[in-house]
Amino acid sequence: MAIETLIGSLPQLFEGLKITVGLTIVSLILGSVLGILMALGRVYGRKPLSFLIYIYEKIFRGIPLLVIFFLIYFCLSQIGINLNPFTAAILGLGLRSAAYQAQIYRSSINSIPEGQMIAACSIGMSKIKAIRYVILPQILRLSIPGWSNEFTIVLKDTSIAFSIGVIELMRQGRYIYALDHELVLQVLLVIALIYFIMVISINKGLSYLEKKYKMSGLEVEIKR
Amino acid sequence: MHMLEVKDIHKTYGKTVVLDGVSFSMEKGETKVIIGPSGTGKSTLLRCINQLSPPDKGRVWLDGVEVTDKKTNINDIRQKIGFVFQEFNLFNHLTALKNVSIGLEKVKNMEKEEALKKAQDELKRVGLKDQADQYPAQLSGGQKQRVGIARALAMDPIIILFDEPTSALDPELIGDVLEVMKSIAGEVSMLVVTHEMGFARNVADEIIFMEHGKIIEKGTPNQMFKNPKIKRTKEFLGKISSLYGEE
Repeated sequence: MAIETLIGSLPQLFEGLKITVGLTIVSLILGSVLGILMALGRVYGRKPLSFLIYIYEKIFRGIPLLVIFFLIYFCLSQIGINLNPFTAAILGLGLRSAAYQAQIYRSSINSIPEGQMIAACSIGMSKIKAIRYVILPQILRLSIPGWSNEFTIVLKDTSIAFSIGVIELMRQGRYIYALDHELVLQVLLVIALIYFIMVISINKGLSYLEKKYKMSGLEVEIKR
Repeated sequence: MHMLEVKDIHKTYGKTVVLDGVSFSMEKGETKVIIGPSGTGKSTLLRCINQLSPPDKGRVWLDGVEVTDKKTNINDIRQKIGFVFQEFNLFNHLTALKNVSIGLEKVKNMEKEEALKKAQDELKRVGLKDQADQYPAQLSGGQKQRVGIARALAMDPIIILFDEPTSALDPELIGDVLEVMKSIAGEVSMLVVTHEMGFARNVADEIIFMEHGKIIEKGTPNQMFKNPKIKRTKEFLGKISSLYGEE
C-alpha cells in the first residue's frame, strides 16, 4: 500500500522537479551572465568598478544562501518591493552564483597568456573585439570544469528555496509526507535519488563537453 | 616623406631608461635589422612603434600619419603594421587557418568565404597549406611562427615588425622561418630584431646596432661587418659572428 501511494505521488514530485529545474536553469543563466561581466570588469575595468565588484563578491560569498533568500524575500517587502517566492529564489541563487562564477571566470582569464590580448591588438582589434573573439571563447572553454561544478551546486541549493515557500521538489515532498507520515523515509529517499541522478547525469554530460572543447596544450598534465 | 619615421623615442620602466632618444626612418620595401645585446630596448622599440607600449616621449609616423598622435585611430594603424612575436602568440582556440582569417573577418570585415580563401593563400605562401586545420598545440615551433607570419601578412601591412622571431625555436626549425622571411623581403618592409647574423648579412638593407637604449651605429651589412666605425660595434659583431658561425 505504501508503494502504491508512493507511485501515486510521483506526478506531484514531478511538478516539484519542474520547478527545481526551472529555478536551476534561470538562476544559472543569471549567474553566468553576471559572473562573466564581473570577471571582465575586475580584470579589464578601471579601479572603481573593479573595487565595487570585489565588494559584491565578498558579500555574496560571505553570507549563507538561506540568509540571502530571507533578506531578498522578507526584507525587500519591508521597503515595498514584493517579490513572489520563485523570483526571490532566482535572484538569491543567481546573485550568489554570480559571485562564485566570477571567480571561476577570473581564474580562467588569468590563465590565458597575456600574449593573446597583445596579439589580438597587434592585428588591429579593439579591446572589445579582442575580448569577444579571442579571450571570451578561451575563457568559456577553460571554465567548463568549474562551471559544471557550479551547476550541480545551484541544483542542489534550489532545495533551500523551500524555506521561502517555493514549491520545488523538497516542498512537494513535504506536502506528500505531511499527509501520510509513514511515507517520510520513502519520499525523502526518492527525492535524494532524483537529485543524485540529476547530478550524476549533469557531471557526465559536462565531462563530455569538457573533452570535446579541450584546448590541447593549455592544461597541466599530472603524471601519476 | 619616409614610409616610417621614428623620432627621438624615449621609454622608461620604473627607474630604468630603456630607450634614450632613438631616431631612424625606413622606406617602402626596405628590410632593416636591429642587433644588439639583450635588454637594450630593441623589443621595446618595436612595441613603441605600434603603440603596444606607447613611448614616454617621441613621435612615430607611418605613411605620413602620426601614430603617436592620440587622435589617430590606433586600431586602423595597427592593421598596417604587422607584428611577429618571439612567443608566437597564436590564438589557441583557433585552427591555423582561422588564426590567419580572423583578422580579415572581424577587423577588415571581409566575407567569411573571401577571408578563408585569402587565409589559405597566405598559409600556402609560408608552406603550411596542409596544416590549415591543425591547432597551434599540434604544430611545431617553426610551423607556429610561420602561421604567425601568415597572420601578419594576411592583413596586407605596409611593414612587419619581427621581435626575435627565431629565438624560441630549435636550431633545426630556424631555417624554415628565415626562408619565409627572405621570400617576403622587398614585397613588404620588414624591421627585424634578431641575433641571426646570417639573415642580417644576406637580407638586410641596413643593420642598426643598439645598446643601452641608443643607436650606436648603422650601415649596410657590408659596412657593418667589414668596416664598422665604432669600436663597440666591431666588438659585438666579432663576438656574435664567432658564436653563431658565419653563413
